[in-house]
Amino acid sequence: MTERTDPLWMSGNEAIALAAYEAGVKVASGYPGTPSTEILENLSRYEGVYTEWAPNEKVGLEVAIGASFAGVRALATMKHVGLNVAADPLFTASYTGVRGGLVVIVADDPEMHSSQNEQDSRNYAFAAKLPMLEPSDPAEAKELLKLAFAISEEYDTPVLFRITTRIAHVKGVITKGEMLSSSVPPGIEKMPAKFVMLPGNARARRVVVEERMRLLRDMAESAPYNVVEKGDSHRGFITSSVSYLYVKASFPEAKVLKLGMCWPLPEQMIRDFAKSVDQLYVVEELDPFLELHIKAMGIACHGKDLIPSQGELNTAIVRKSIDLASVTELFAPVALPMRPPNMCAGCPHRGIFYNLSRMKVFVSGDIGCYTLGFLPPLSAMDSCVCMGASVGIAHGMAKALGDDAKGKVVSVIGDSTFIHTGLSGLINTVYNGSSSLLIILDNRITAMTGQQNNPASGYSIKGEAANAIDLEALCRAVGVKHVDIVNPHDINGCRKVLDKALERDEASVVIARAPCVLIPEMKKAANIPYRTQMASCTGCMACVRLGCPAISWNPVGPEKAKSLGYKEKQKGFALINEVQCNGCGQCRALCKFDAIVRQEA
Amino acid sequence: MGAQGNILFSGVGGQGILLASEIMAYALLAAGYDAKKSEVHGMAQRGGSVTAQLRYGDKVYSPLIEPGRADIQVAFEMMEAVRYLPYLHKGSTVIVNTQKILPPAVATGQTSYPEDVLNHISSLGIKVVLVDAFDLAREVGEVRTANVVMVGAVSTFLPMDASVYEGIISARVPARFRDVNLQAFAAGRKVSQ
Repeated sequence: MTERTDPLWMSGNEAIALAAYEAGVKVASGYPGTPSTEILENLSRYEGVYTEWAPNEKVGLEVAIGASFAGVRALATMKHVGLNVAADPLFTASYTGVRGGLVVIVADDPEMHSSQNEQDSRNYAFAAKLPMLEPSDPAEAKELLKLAFAISEEYDTPVLFRITTRIAHVKGVITKGEMLSSSVPPGIEKMPAKFVMLPGNARARRVVVEERMRLLRDMAESAPYNVVEKGDSHRGFITSSVSYLYVKASFPEAKVLKLGMCWPLPEQMIRDFAKSVDQLYVVEELDPFLELHIKAMGIACHGKDLIPSQGELNTAIVRKSIDLASVTELFAPVALPMRPPNMCAGCPHRGIFYNLSRMKVFVSGDIGCYTLGFLPPLSAMDSCVCMGASVGIAHGMAKALGDDAKGKVVSVIGDSTFIHTGLSGLINTVYNGSSSLLIILDNRITAMTGQQNNPASGYSIKGEAANAIDLEALCRAVGVKHVDIVNPHDINGCRKVLDKALERDEASVVIARAPCVLIPEMKKAANIPYRTQMASCTGCMACVRLGCPAISWNPVGPEKAKSLGYKEKQKGFALINEVQCNGCGQCRALCKFDAIVRQEA
Repeated sequence: MGAQGNILFSGVGGQGILLASEIMAYALLAAGYDAKKSEVHGMAQRGGSVTAQLRYGDKVYSPLIEPGRADIQVAFEMMEAVRYLPYLHKGSTVIVNTQKILPPAVATGQTSYPEDVLNHISSLGIKVVLVDAFDLAREVGEVRTANVVMVGAVSTFLPMDASVYEGIISARVPARFRDVNLQAFAAGRKVSQ
């Protein structure tokens, strides 16, 4: 076996961060979102690149556009649904073009591992008239991203760069590359005809956009990343992104046209390829994007008639979709209890959702760890659509139902999501006067994506001190008269405040404030766990119904119950795992029999 | 060279699966293989069932293991040894940490922990290797090294020498935890030797 000297073993996101650094990116902005988050996290560790977490993807892209106008290479990162938020600046940045190279990375999530939908962002390239590059693995992502900046500057265009979960979170072998730099001089350049998109200017730029796309189509015909791989011409495959890997693994002998740029398409190359094979297959995840455009060229091909358009593909799906004879028999799955994700032991959100589960209200939820409040045993969320939607949806329900909704509609949103797009919903609630209650779950961090700082945290992406928004003052400033701050771990105290807020005829905000247990300060803090006084437990299950992962229910029969000193009819006892317990005390508040005590007692 | 293989890691979020799969990946790279590894982050991680998929060979295309083609499964929790059964084939080896972590429906008393699941997979012609990783980690003095005990246990099923893993562990864990991790690796290796 040969010893390899220190190969770089990196995830797609780490490789992209390295590529951005090597490409000479000077400004990068974005909002966390799985599977894109680690790009900016990693890039923030390189010298000479300014990085930041923006309050949302729209602002992130606008920051990158500004940096590009100033003549430096700029990057915006987001997940697929984030591109919806950033779509407004994107469509017009297509008209303005760039000065410094501008790349927008969008991370799609086929299979919805950590998302609320599985939209296919390639459609944005078509709709916004922008080139889009699509790597298939981390090593290719690194090479293509560097080319993307060159394309952006040469063709005066923002470049879309699409990855998926199986590129972002796949690790592979990477090689370091050379440092590049832009030939664009940084500085203030007034170019109103290019940068001021009033109708008169925009009509002129509209023509430029079409000319640019024509040039890009020509370029695509000879681009080094659109490649025909020789092989058996009985079956020919046109494919891109990670689907290319599944094609290579399932049909290694076949002839393949691999597209590193999925828009615009190299029409002549596709026509020539189609003519050179007996049967043409287009293999792509999600929408029939390539297939529709290839069929529009008048070329017959197989595509979504065989390949699923929902969920992720893999080698087995690609093989058996095309070659039915290849199906092999698998071991049957065994029925097991599900192991869904759960809020952590000591999570402050649990206290609020416990209360909500006992109040007869419609809970308009939002996107974050707290969306897990939907799951049993709390089951305390009734809707969840997109970032920030909880507030507007609650207001809409209140307006639709009038008095019938009074005291019955609550919206729940995290600190980061409130800042992202929830605030404008609250402004609307106050301006247009509904009495719906908003609970802001302020845990000081953007938790679900892995504890990123946000404008309410008091820290920047690099962990340096930054302004922390005063959420209470912000709510008052938009006109909310009733703002209460509660400790979500104090279950009984919270309930009183929530009940009172629901009785009001005006908008109320309750800020439930307690830090995420996963932030470094909390991990370091002295933690005094609770324990169960076995003799006092009556088996009432009040603590078990919190759904805390540190509390388990231990069923016993009559004999065992007696031997433990319990009444014969006691069905079991609850037990706290003291290693897992974070000492939040929510269960202590629910125990009427003093069976839960602090360790030290 | 010429060999190729697929290693599936399964367990519960927070058990240290990612570090264990990283050590394995670095060992395979040090031996000259190409490799790819798939992980799942984000929502799925919060105490849920998690997997990592590691593939190696002369040239690896797909980052995902095909159902029926996992050669080795490293299961960090007993029930999670069985959840991905369709990924295994007759002759696969499953290395199981015998620790039980109760899923919510069991912890809240709605259902019971499935017993006898390992006998079922043994009966299908799958080799099962039991490792008391938690106890072994406690014996070496640090319960958080259970994941490295598992690396030791799986290491005997791959062609690399122990020294390759030991070098990687030494280089990748903080100095003050180096010795305890090397002991954890040795303890795991002994189980399957």
